[in-house]
Formats: sequence, C-alpha cells, structure tokens
Amino acid sequence: MSVVAPVLELAGVRKSFGPIEILHGIDFALAAGEVHALIGENGAGKSTIMKILGGFIAPSVGEVRLDGRPAPYHSGAEAEAAGVVVIHQEFNLAPDLTVAENIYLGREIGRVFLDHRAMRAGTQALLDELDSPIRPEARIRDLPVSDRQMVEIAKALSRKARVLIMDEPSAVLTSREVEVLFRQIERLRAQGVALLYTSHRLEEVTRLADRVTVLRDGAVVRRALRGELTEDGMATAMVGRDLEDIYPRKRHHPGEAVLEVHGFCVPPLVADVSFALRRGEVLGISGLVGSGRTELAEGLVGLRPATGEIRRNGVPVAIGSVREAAARGMAYLTEDRKERGLLLDKNLRENLTLSTLARFGAPFLSAAREEAALGKAIADFDIRAPRRDMKVGNLSGGNQQKLLLAKTLLADPEIIIIDEPTRGIDVGTKSQIYAFIDALAAEGKSVIVISSDMPEILGLSDRVLVMRHGRLAGDLAGERISETAVVRLVMGTAEDAAGNPHHV
Amino acid sequence: MSDATLRPATGLHLPGLSALGPLLALILLVVLGAFLNDNFLSAGNVTNVLARSAFIGMIAVGMTFVITSGGLDLSVGSMAAFIAGVMILAMNALLPGMGVGVPLVLAGMAIALAVGLLAGLGNGLLVTKARIEPFIVTLGTMGIFRSLVTWLADGGTISLDFGVRQFYRPVYYSGLFGVAWPILVFAAVAIAGQVAMRHTRFGRYCEAIGSNDKVALYSAVNVDRIRLLTYVLLGLLVGLATIMYVPRLGSTSGSTGMLWELEAIAAVIIGGTALKGGYGRVWGTVVGVLILSLIDNILNLADLVSPYLNGAIQGVIIVLAVVLQRGKSAA
Repeated sequence: MSVVAPVLELAGVRKSFGPIEILHGIDFALAAGEVHALIGENGAGKSTIMKILGGFIAPSVGEVRLDGRPAPYHSGAEAEAAGVVVIHQEFNLAPDLTVAENIYLGREIGRVFLDHRAMRAGTQALLDELDSPIRPEARIRDLPVSDRQMVEIAKALSRKARVLIMDEPSAVLTSREVEVLFRQIERLRAQGVALLYTSHRLEEVTRLADRVTVLRDGAVVRRALRGELTEDGMATAMVGRDLEDIYPRKRHHPGEAVLEVHGFCVPPLVADVSFALRRGEVLGISGLVGSGRTELAEGLVGLRPATGEIRRNGVPVAIGSVREAAARGMAYLTEDRKERGLLLDKNLRENLTLSTLARFGAPFLSAAREEAALGKAIADFDIRAPRRDMKVGNLSGGNQQKLLLAKTLLADPEIIIIDEPTRGIDVGTKSQIYAFIDALAAEGKSVIVISSDMPEILGLSDRVLVMRHGRLAGDLAGERISETAVVRLVMGTAEDAAGNPHHV
Repeated sequence: MSDATLRPATGLHLPGLSALGPLLALILLVVLGAFLNDNFLSAGNVTNVLARSAFIGMIAVGMTFVITSGGLDLSVGSMAAFIAGVMILAMNALLPGMGVGVPLVLAGMAIALAVGLLAGLGNGLLVTKARIEPFIVTLGTMGIFRSLVTWLADGGTISLDFGVRQFYRPVYYSGLFGVAWPILVFAAVAIAGQVAMRHTRFGRYCEAIGSNDKVALYSAVNVDRIRLLTYVLLGLLVGLATIMYVPRLGSTSGSTGMLWELEAIAAVIIGGTALKGGYGRVWGTVVGVLILSLIDNILNLADLVSPYLNGAIQGVIIVLAVVLQRGKSAA
C-alpha cells in the first residue's frame, strides 16, 4: 500500500489469550520517516499490537517482519537491541538513579570501575541533541513527568532506535510539554526514524500523523493518509457498532435524589464536580483512564481526602472513611479487585464477610452464620468455586468479580459505586453482572457505574456523566445518550449539553 | 486452578503436615529428653521448663498478633527490663507509705501494666500515625528502653526491698493445684490468644491487614486502630510477663530481657505464623516457645553437646522451620 518498503510490519497477526481471540488478523506497516498513529477505543487492541511489535508477546498466528524478514527478537530486550524501542506509559526508569545512570543501565561504560565521566558526557551529548536542559546528574525522582519522558526518548536514541513506539506519550504532559514532545517527534521523523504514536487526543493525531490506522474490536477498520480523516471522522470510525443484546432492558423509574454532590474536589486531579444521583437509576461515568473517575469515586466514599458538599437524602454529610460511607449506606466496588478488592490468599468465606464482620457475632464470630451467608451468596450470584474452602486467588476473574459484588452488597447499601464492573472477564459473566446491576436499580437502589467500556456505559446507564481532565465535561440523558455523543465529550471534540465549547 | 475436583466443604479440617511439623518436633524433643535423662520428666524439671517458658511465651503470643498484621516489635526485651525497673523503683518508693502487703504488690502490678500499655501505645502510634516502618520504630525504642533502665540502675542493679521480695516471691514460686502461677497465667493467655485469633473480629482483621492492608482499608476495616491495638496488646503482655518475672529474682539490670525479642520472634516463626503477615497461629507459637526451652533444657541436662552451643542449635531450628514453611507454599 505504500511505495516505501516498511521497516516493521505485522502480517496476518492474530492473538488469543486463552479461548478469547482479541486480535483478528492485523496487517500493519511502519515506514521509515513517518509518524503512524494507531487509534481506537480502550480494549480495541492497541496495547496488544504495541506489545507484539515490541517483542513482549508473540502473536498466536501470523508474523512480525523487520526489514521484510521475520523479526529476529523474542523479548523486549532483544527488540531494543534490534532497534525497536517501546516507550511505555508507565516509564521504565529507576527513580533513584541519575539520568546518566538510567541511560547507560545494563551497558555501562568501564571495565572494573565505571567511567562516570564518559557516561555523563555521552548523556549530555544526547540531551543536547534533543535541546533539553536536563542535567545528566539529576535523579529521575526529582524530575517532572515531561522530563522523564525526554529521558526515555534520549535512552531510546542512545540505543540507536530505528523504530520508536510511543504509548500515549501526551497523556501525562501539560500542553507546553506536549509542544516540546512534538518538536522532538518531528525531528526524529526527519532523521528517518519510524514512529508509532497512540493517543486519545484526536487533534494531536490530526497534527502529527502521516498515516492513521483505526482499530475496533481487534480489527483494522480504517486506514487513512494525512488529511483524509477529520477528527469527527476518526471518532465515528472508532465507534459505529451495534450494542449487543447482552444488556438488560433498562428504563428504570428514577425517584428522588438520594445523593447530591456540589463543588466536589479530590486534589490534585478532580475539581468542581457537581451532580445528583436519584433513587432507582443507573448513572454511568465515562471518560479516559486518568480523567479522575476513580479518584472521584474514592473521594466520595472517604478513601481520599476531598472537599465540597455531599448531601445524602438532602442532609449534608461528612464522609471521612469507608466505614462512615458504609454507615450512610454507600459502598464502593474497586476496579482493582486483586490488589484492593479481595484477599487472594484467603478463602471465600473470609473474603465475603470481611467488610460486614460485625454482623456475624460479637465477641465471637459464628462460623455457621458465615457459612450460611456464603451459601446464599454462592446461590444468589452464581459463584462457581470447585471448593468452598479454596483460596480466592485460584478463582477465575469472573467468579472473583461475582464474589466481590456479593461482598459489597452484603452490607445492603443504598448507593453502590461500581468501578469497571467487567474488566477482564468473559462475555457470559458480563451479562450476568449487567443483570445484577439492572436488578439493583429495579429494586430501588442507586448505582453508579464507572467504565472505560463504551458499550457497557451505553447499555447500562439511564444517564451518563463524562469526565475529562478531572472535571465534568458533560451530562447526557435519555435520547441524547449515543456512542458518538459520549466519544465526542470524552475526546473533547464537541460541545456539551449546555452548548459550551469544551476544547482541550 | 490446579484442583478441579468437586469436594464439599467440611466444618472440620485436619491441619496439614506442615502445620503438624512443629508439634512432631516437640514430641520428638520430649522423647529425646526422656531418653537422655531420667530426671527430664520429673515434676520439678517440667515445672521449671514451663515456668521459664512463660515469660517469653506471653510475649510471643502478643508478638503473634503484631506479626500477623504485618508488623514487628524488636523492643519487647528492653521493654521488659524497663518495666521491671520502673515497677521495682515504684514499689520501693511506695513501701514506706503502704507497707508490705497485698495493696503494694497490686500497685506494682498496676504500674507494670500501665507502663507496658504506654510503651506499646508509643510504638503503635509511631507506626500508625507517624507512618514509620515497625522495624525502625522498635529498633529505636529498643535502644531507648535499654538505655533508660541502665540509667535508672546507674549501670548496676535495681533491687526490690528484701521484705517485699519475700512477700512477692510466691507469685513465681507457688501456684494452684500444684501448677505454678506463671504456667497458669501463660496457659490462660495462650488460650485467650488462640480464641481471639480464630473466633473474633480482631483476629480476622489482623490476618486481613497482614494479607493485604489495602483490601482491608477498602473493606471498611479500621486498619490503623487494629494495628495500634496489636502493639498495645503486646505492651500489656510484656507488662504481665514482667509481673511474673520480677518475683523470681527480685531485681533487674541493664542486661535483663536481653535477646527476648529474638526468642519471641523465633517462637512465632517456628510455630507457623508467616513473617510477612497474613496468617497467625497462636497454638503454633506456644509450641515454638516450648521447643526453644526444651532444647536449652536438654542441653543442660545431657552431656551430649555443650550448652554453649544452645544458640547454634536454636538457629538451625529457626532456619529449618522457615525452609519447611516455604516448601509448603511452593507445593
């Protein structure tokens, strides 16, 4: 498709994790001296493609070609040696070492003793080339995020990168820092480096990319050259998918406001958020990863220091801990079920009752009552465990999630905030969890669903709030909830409900 | 999921071989002791071993809760010496006013418990409020208590008034139904500890916090308060141990309670409690304490190995216990 022979390409690549195929035959080529943007919704397969290109995982079917031949690497380190360097979102730098020590990490100069002077000089030369004022002696820990990004780029250059793969490099940068980044990208392009760039900010793609590849559900749905696609065209290409009927028939009958939030701030990210939650409704919160959705939820249930007014059934309340939130009938189900949700080395019973242990007897716990509660949870939530006394860490993700839901609901909360209800679980369990959420709203509870999964937000919510950069970017209800409308608000390419422009 | 067999949950579980390991070792030691020395199983020797185990034992039960919730306390040995010092000085000072008698001894006991509580509270607050690593906090307070008692004793010994000592002596040397008081108190502490660990919220929360404190926090557990309580409980138990210890010798010095913290930690680990926290076994700790005391006792009774090698053998046992535990988790 291109006249220039590609440096790095994917030919007919498929990738499966277990029984689930997530890439369905990807053909993709990167040419020297171009910036190639790869865009798509969360879960479309961008990260998997980057991991395959960077040698971190191998394709199940198909091959990776470097200079037209099968790529000679099987690990990230070997890929780097071959000139294919990935800059990850979470940087791969040792925070306590200096810039120079990081750049030469693993290939230090010197035999018995390190030649600090040579490494400093080499680092300085690299940084000069990038027009960066960073000192080689600076510790990574002391540098702002944009400088760390620059160090990553310098490190990539020092490894003579021919292909540079950047995973949302602008996500953590301020607009001024983004400008610096763009100048470096343009300089690298002029030097003949092949660059793969992913970003959720479509205006950046318009500005930088020579070519755009749009992914949806693990397949390429659109390829375009510079100027062929508008930002709206990109958003439309990224979405445009029918909602599957794994979603329940919503249409609840929301009642009075049970929770009103006014001028709510969770420093440093979330600022001035106001909304109301009504009885018997499912309120979706959409937004990019890092837009402050989780921080907002954790602020509401007292897991993070926050300011602003919270009214519960019209009465102002102060919530400083999860216990106080529970006392107000509020519960939060974390997105991180392995690190924050469940004790992986404990059994089902101990996990189920942990947050409501006081109900199971004082001073002595009643094992019989705990077992009875577990029996009920297993039946109600269809938790499939080979043995009741097994460690929760050995359950499948879907069963862990159902147990976590059972644990959260054991406290019988009136307001349930569920963060990423179906992350990493299969479709069958997903639809079960959707049915649970729907049933909660139907019986008069209020549910907030935070999700990066667009169909999920659309399929579950009676109303959708969209967050961007820690603020509410818009509020959609009823007929106005559409994938395009949400994506526009998420990306900041459209006007919100009130007609206020919301450009980044 | 390696085990896909459907097996119904049963209420009763036999402890696995790794849990029984320390118990088997203890039985083996008893058999070995009886074989080596006829006097080993005599009432006198058994009482002696158990009574000496009681001090470390009570402390080790408290230490089990601290370690289970992911903490550590290195200060307990010096804390015991310090509590003993304050208790003896206070009793000597109160003697002219109160005279020898039960009130004076009770006052001394109350002071010992109060000092233990405050010392534990200090450790706990530094860990939970100032957010300093338990290792660092208690390394610091270990030095502070040790130095304070040496200073109080002016480098020598603090001795209880002779008359009071005679009156207080039976608390260590006599008992009920032929069982010495320290053994009875230790048994009560151990049983209460086992029940608290298995059947109360406090024990469950300790395990949850040691297993993953973030999960505990997200599950509405008051993590800081539980952690603080484990240190306070340990402080109180050190105070209790001191109450039983002081009548034995009637004095304390800068070297009292030396290395008790390491013996207590060793007993906890030998008993099967995970050093990184998350799982606690109080009865295992009791077995661990007995194993350590028996090794010492057997070496003193038998001429097989020099008693000077006591530390070396205990060291081997500790390392072996941890190796066996690792074998369990890898399987």
